[in-house]
Amino acid sequence: MDRGGLLLMLALYSNPKWLSVVRGTVERLTETLGFPIAQCRSITRAVDEALTNIVRHSYGNRLDQPIAMYFRRAQRRHDGQVQQGLEILLCDRGPAIDPCKLQGRPLDEIRPGGLGLHFIRQAVDTVEFTRKGPTNRLRLVKYLAQGSSVL
Amino acid sequence: MQISTRRKDKTTIFDLSGDIDFANSPVVRDSVLREIRESRTPCVVVNLSQVRYMDSSGVASLVEGLKASRDLGSRFILVGLTRSTREVLQLSRLIKVFEVYDNEEQAMTS
Repeated sequence: MDRGGLLLMLALYSNPKWLSVVRGTVERLTETLGFPIAQCRSITRAVDEALTNIVRHSYGNRLDQPIAMYFRRAQRRHDGQVQQGLEILLCDRGPAIDPCKLQGRPLDEIRPGGLGLHFIRQAVDTVEFTRKGPTNRLRLVKYLAQGSSVL
Repeated sequence: MQISTRRKDKTTIFDLSGDIDFANSPVVRDSVLREIRESRTPCVVVNLSQVRYMDSSGVASLVEGLKASRDLGSRFILVGLTRSTREVLQLSRLIKVFEVYDNEEQAMTS
């Protein structure tokens, strides 16, 4: 059965010990969908950084808060051709986030911190943040090269 | 993730292995900073050859180690960068601020 292109759902608590489990899952999923190896690593890194941001900033390092992840097929028309890809939706129930704080920091500064958003934006084609009711929703989309298809 | 520390001549060497992510980067950060401040050796080497994955918090830990070493007048050297660790350091444009060598021997003779 194919519910709106849904490929995989994950529900987890906001404990950082699950980060490695999610990374393993995303890496296998992106490999299975046919992304090049370098993109599998960068998409995995983007999801890892996004989850870390939820744990740190949305939930203030509390370990027992809910996070839901949905992985779906995505499609767009680009240069007259249909391009397929992967949409990843990360949902949390933390306080509303000020979108102005989702800019990342300039890379010419030599200091720790603020790199996660840069890694996310580098890895995917679309980064969208919305608030729907009590839920923060971060939507990431990465498209395959034209002519490639998601399984 | 595992971290071990050894001393060779006047160099402190950290051997890191496994994944460095938000779950364990505070341990890396605290271990590295404590050892740098206590040992005060003129050279600090971080061996990353067994690190499979490093996130932005791992990069931040290395930057803090670099700054702590500079404050004490010590060199802070990275060796054995894997594909994953090199990628995140390049993406963050921080690779140019570190001294980087292929392996420990090169670092020790530099």
